[in-house]
Amino acid sequence: MAFRIAAQWLHSCAGCEMAILDTGSRLLSLLDGIELVHMPLLVDNKYHAPDRPPEEADIPPADLGLVSGGVANREQLELLQAMRRRCSFLVGLGTCASHGGIPAMINSWPLAEGLAATYENIESGTPPAAGSIPAPLDRVYAVDEKVNIDLLLPGCPPDPEQIHQVLTTLAAGTRPPARTGSVCDRCPTRRHSMADRPQVRRFVEAAAFDPDRPVAAMPCLLEQGLLCMGPVTAGGCEHHGAPACIGARAPCRGCYGPVAGQGNQMVAMMNILASHGLDFRSVVDRRAMLRFAGAHGLLRPVKPK
Amino acid sequence: MAKITINPVTRIEGHARITIHLDEAGDVRETRLHLTTLRGFETFVRGRAAEELPRIVTRICGICPWLHHLASAKAVDRCFGARPPAAAQALRELCLHLAHISDKILHFFFLAGPDLLPDTDPRARNLAGLARQNPELAEEVVRMRVQAQKMLELIGGRAIHPVAAVAGGFSRPLAEDERRQLARQAGQLLDFALRAMAHAKTEIFPLHRGPAAEAGAIRTGFLGMVDGEGNLQLYEGGLRLMQEDGTVTDFPAHRYDSFLAEHAEPWSHGKMVYARCWQQGFSMDPDRPAGIYRVNTLARLNVADRIATPRAQEELEEFRSLSGRPAQSTLLFHHARLIELIHACERSVELLAGNDITDQCIRTRARPGAGRGIGVVEAPRGTLIHDYTTDEKGCITRANLIVGTTHNIAPMNMSIRKAASGLIRGGRYDREMLNRVEMAVRAYDP
Repeated sequence: MAFRIAAQWLHSCAGCEMAILDTGSRLLSLLDGIELVHMPLLVDNKYHAPDRPPEEADIPPADLGLVSGGVANREQLELLQAMRRRCSFLVGLGTCASHGGIPAMINSWPLAEGLAATYENIESGTPPAAGSIPAPLDRVYAVDEKVNIDLLLPGCPPDPEQIHQVLTTLAAGTRPPARTGSVCDRCPTRRHSMADRPQVRRFVEAAAFDPDRPVAAMPCLLEQGLLCMGPVTAGGCEHHGAPACIGARAPCRGCYGPVAGQGNQMVAMMNILASHGLDFRSVVDRRAMLRFAGAHGLLRPVKPK
Repeated sequence: MAKITINPVTRIEGHARITIHLDEAGDVRETRLHLTTLRGFETFVRGRAAEELPRIVTRICGICPWLHHLASAKAVDRCFGARPPAAAQALRELCLHLAHISDKILHFFFLAGPDLLPDTDPRARNLAGLARQNPELAEEVVRMRVQAQKMLELIGGRAIHPVAAVAGGFSRPLAEDERRQLARQAGQLLDFALRAMAHAKTEIFPLHRGPAAEAGAIRTGFLGMVDGEGNLQLYEGGLRLMQEDGTVTDFPAHRYDSFLAEHAEPWSHGKMVYARCWQQGFSMDPDRPAGIYRVNTLARLNVADRIATPRAQEELEEFRSLSGRPAQSTLLFHHARLIELIHACERSVELLAGNDITDQCIRTRARPGAGRGIGVVEAPRGTLIHDYTTDEKGCITRANLIVGTTHNIAPMNMSIRKAASGLIRGGRYDREMLNRVEMAVRAYDP
């Protein structure tokens, strides 16, 4: 019997699913050897029959489940639990599933209040009411806060190469090797030790680099005084010989989440800034250092002043 | 009273369900398209340094992150009074067109295409089914889509959730050898687009013009971007609203809130947009709509007088001779999508033809401060508006985002109502009918 994969998106943007499609021709070879039993983006499997109540998500049994996105409402929680019940091996795909991702930035507000603000500018009609839309949870959760997860594969999105490797390895019945190291560990830019100034500068002017020379000739962006989260961010994003954003001559913002599973990127980055002679108080909007990893209780509502 | 629920709507690019409420006789009394997730971007971008927004709002949509990225970069430039150099504008515009290319291939072939496969078994109605029935076509569409993605990666470091459009310009210049490689690849994409159109005109579009065209057919106005000469524009231009009878109102994109307004329904997270300037209020009654217009491919081709690239213009003329202007049938969004695919390829070839795009002056310094900036682009899904207000530190105090699909939520509700009413009678329905209701949604590429 073919290896069966079920994929479900939750509180997410579809970027992880695009990364799966970006595996290209290998996607077709993969589809040839597996059966994709559930994936709302590509396959017409429904959560339930049309005349059944929508509470019972009927995910077909699968050898491998992929869930992308965090969990922010009751429907997503029920879908996640159904995926756990029906999939022998469950992978949390992407940074939202692993750490909450960008949508967990709303954890700085009480969730229902934060969402209600969306309707401030309407001039006609009535904002959504409890009961007719899925009830929000109290905050955005990473999937491993709600069910047991067999493997987390962070990245916003995870590199298509990694996704392909993980899928083929798991389909072959073995476990993919664990990833280690930070973005910095795989960055070729020139490093000395200290920043060339005491203040962190905003990225409102270009980094210093020679446009005619490769990225390896560029001085480290952190040492140029830019907030580059590479030291505190899990690696794995590199192609063409450099971390993806560094290749674009732009600083890392931390999209693979913390280097160690449950680390706090904001706290770790403040230490790194200090060790480079940079004043962390010069960072505008320090909470944004947790923009990709605000689940697990790291981002909380700000108490009114 | 019976209720039919389609959950989730599949082969669309988001989270939605459809409910169809039947009356005692089993006929359709009411239908609803529920958007079931809300992430609250307009709330949680408050307090963020504005120059960071182009790298945050990309996560609104992983399928069209470039469009949010670019609308946001334009809005931030305007908040900070920065004017990007010409080469930066050219690189941004090129990325916009490449993003349109990969998105249109995805939608036409991967998502909507399987509805046209002869096999109606739902388990085969997908990309894997297409690959079994027509492996050569499947291989080519997968390869061409990835080619556009790889081109974006070469220019900006990453294809999904890009970072290269920055306050004041672009983060890295394009090298001459890269330009030559991209120009060759853009030419290949154009060849593919022309072949795809020829294929669709014989194999697919005839199916969209007969009785099938009536499922979900509604009559509305349209909104899209044009330049001063009335040419279709996707990156920069003014907005044009067209009423059902073809009369048009042109207005500058940054004055959108004088012409459009937002409406909410208690059963959906999706806000709906309507034409305030028509002074009709808002109604989704399919027989007497008020304030309703549509966006996306068909809307753009309806409002534009012409297209500035030759092959797309030829196709537009042929399309108009068959369908008139404005064309109303929802399934014509698919034909319009392929005309725009040709245009996006032609425009990419044009932008890559000269050396202006490799100029190394790509960024001016932006000065954070108080201001308001409105960035508008045409996303694959429709007119995309990012409207930011910043404080004296250059941090966001207010953001209003109107995403392409938002404009089409009300019309999609109307199309679903029409399709369901025409198909479901006396309480009898089957899987095939429900898929036809979903097809009325899929045409909009929500």
